[in-house]
Amino acid sequence: MASCTCGETTDQSKEAAMQELFDQYRDYKGGLIPVLQEAQNIYGYLPKEVLQQIAKEMRIPFSKVFGVCTFYAQFHLKPRGRNIIRVCLGTACHVRGGSKIFEAAQEELGVGQGGTTEDLKFTLETVACIGACGLSPCMMINDDTHGRLQPKQVAGIFKTYE
Amino acid sequence: MQNLNEIRAKYQQQYKEKISRPRIVVGLGTCGIAAGGDKVMAALKEQVAARGLDVDIDFTSCIGMCYREPMVEIALPGAPSVLYGDIFADKIEKLLESHIVNNTPVYEWAAFQIPGEATPYEGIDIMDQSSYYSKQVRSVTSRLGRTNPESIADYMATGGYEGIEKALKVDSKAVIEEVKKSGLRGRGGGGFPTGVKWSFVAPGEKKYAVCNADEGDPGAFMDRSILEGDPHAVLEGMMIAGYAIGADEGYIYCRAEYPLAIKRLNMAIAQAEEHGLLGDNILDSGFNFRIKIKAGAGAFVCGEETALLNSIEGLRGMPRVRPPFPAIKGLFGKPTVLNNVETYANVPFIIRNGSDWYAAMGTEKSKGSKVFCLTGKVNNTGLMEVPMGITLRDIIFTIGGGIQDDKQFKAVQSGGPSGGCIPAAHLDTPIDYDSLGALGAIMGSGGLVVMDEGTCMVDVAKFFLNFTQLESCGKCTPCREGTKRMLEILQRICDGQGEMEDIDTLDRLCRVIKSSALCGLGQTCPNPIATTLRYFRDEYEAHIKDKRCPAGVCSALLQYTILVDVCTGCGACLRACPAGAITGEKKEPHKIDTELCIKCGGCIQKCKFDAIVKA
Repeated sequence: MASCTCGETTDQSKEAAMQELFDQYRDYKGGLIPVLQEAQNIYGYLPKEVLQQIAKEMRIPFSKVFGVCTFYAQFHLKPRGRNIIRVCLGTACHVRGGSKIFEAAQEELGVGQGGTTEDLKFTLETVACIGACGLSPCMMINDDTHGRLQPKQVAGIFKTYE
Repeated sequence: MQNLNEIRAKYQQQYKEKISRPRIVVGLGTCGIAAGGDKVMAALKEQVAARGLDVDIDFTSCIGMCYREPMVEIALPGAPSVLYGDIFADKIEKLLESHIVNNTPVYEWAAFQIPGEATPYEGIDIMDQSSYYSKQVRSVTSRLGRTNPESIADYMATGGYEGIEKALKVDSKAVIEEVKKSGLRGRGGGGFPTGVKWSFVAPGEKKYAVCNADEGDPGAFMDRSILEGDPHAVLEGMMIAGYAIGADEGYIYCRAEYPLAIKRLNMAIAQAEEHGLLGDNILDSGFNFRIKIKAGAGAFVCGEETALLNSIEGLRGMPRVRPPFPAIKGLFGKPTVLNNVETYANVPFIIRNGSDWYAAMGTEKSKGSKVFCLTGKVNNTGLMEVPMGITLRDIIFTIGGGIQDDKQFKAVQSGGPSGGCIPAAHLDTPIDYDSLGALGAIMGSGGLVVMDEGTCMVDVAKFFLNFTQLESCGKCTPCREGTKRMLEILQRICDGQGEMEDIDTLDRLCRVIKSSALCGLGQTCPNPIATTLRYFRDEYEAHIKDKRCPAGVCSALLQYTILVDVCTGCGACLRACPAGAITGEKKEPHKIDTELCIKCGGCIQKCKFDAIVKA
């Protein structure tokens, strides 16, 4: 019988990647955090079903898995944008006007701290320092660092991301 | 035991050949890349190939002058090497044409020259004699900006892995003694003597050496620079520590916000394994050692040693009650030694050059050098290595080149959220662990954020408290509740709702939290408040009594007024005001209705005549 298979292939490859992950980390001491990090890389965030699967496969109570992923700022339980913007509000950026950059980003995207745009293109976050203080104020988009920013440059930088 | 003489001689020869060729070196640390270094690299490669120039292209990491990034160095045989600053991709063509083709440096872009044995060019500052470098020393940062960080050959050609070779030839106790004698103290903040820490490690079959690379202090990036610029030195330091305490496994806990550092560490580990420097029976000595990297998951408290251990174990990163200390019961319940990146990176130099060499630098109780990150409202921001005992004035006004826009210096914040603000009166304090402690600040990991007259000290205290309150893990009450209450009080003061008794309450809370919190984060979180209360009490009082923010930062206390004599009545402010608070006829002075004003500052930005003031 024919059945709808759209989306299934990607799910299958994600599932296979998860199995590989479990094989690699099942007997690894302290493996929960790397598994959560990798799983988030695979799915983009940590859906409930994935957390349940991790708990089962890693033989760790679900409450503990949930406790760990809510403790660390890096883990997300809701879908996120394709590009993650992290505006630095660390000390050096603070004294050089980091909050003005953040305001410009908020205005441009129409979302607040932690918000994701409707088209899932961007998620806007703040970070307490990305270690590029010499170039403050700065922000990170995915793994790229942008420094010596002025509020009016923000919109142009966003346009270079898909 | 095997030695590395043969391979080292080969690499030294390679290195010698490399630096005797015409070459262009681009600074590709995170800061260099952020400023556009990768685009410069691409443009260079393209144009050198297109013109068929006989010149090598190499890269290095951060040389420390963040304020001049992206930086490019050009070295021609027999001529001084010239360091160019602010080189963006559009400048490459002229640079190649002039310096490579016509053998004439572009004087106006040159930052420094390093003459070596060649005759210096006239009109370019000599690096070692410049105000930025003359007060610095280059020991733990000696390879930064000089070698290719992704090359083990460069590392070994410049003395790398001589330390571990030397250590493996002697008894492990002798290694600990040597580190003790050097006077090296922990560079992560606490300043505990490193050798003593190593000697506390309990006996046992299984032990660990852990590197704390969770550099979370806002305003600090020396660990990132070392990891990106000299990753092998950190590995070698850990290997020496592992041998000294009898550990066979090491972990580097690095924050995930440093992807380039993690990439270069992984490369360095793979190279060291290939050379038989990590693994079983290293150099035939019977010593086994392996290093794994754990990426942090974004929690500031994980910079605290026991919280870090919990995080490596895959748990919530909450601190443990001490004792037992990690030296007795650490990672996975086994004896563990934990040091910071810069501490480990110092160890190979100490073992190679001897403890006397190291102890000759610095003050009586704080030996050696310290890497600082100078940021904030200062002209030259960047990374610098200075001997312990140098004054803050030298760092800020000589190396840092003074305050931006010739404004007045107000304070320097040392040690991040755990540190304190030091006022102008103490600028001549020599920097070492003990004198900074006496001022109520801490050395911390080495972040120095300079503040000028436009910085409000109450706002700064609120900024740090907001940070620690968000990052408090919630395990112990003094920190969880105390930071929240202190933040509420500071918010009230900044909003103009403060009362004089708030100051006493803050003072008491500071003392209680300091003495009762469980871990370092909680115990030191009152420092920003305690020091601002101590040195800038008048600013708190101005906020409370006069409802005035002297620095003009706290928006609730500001009033915008138009200077009648200066206003030309152009109407720019009127059109910019989103609240309709500005009125006035054309060509007549305008007025701001303070009841309607939302204090957004939009009018000031639009005014071309500086006719609007906030106070």
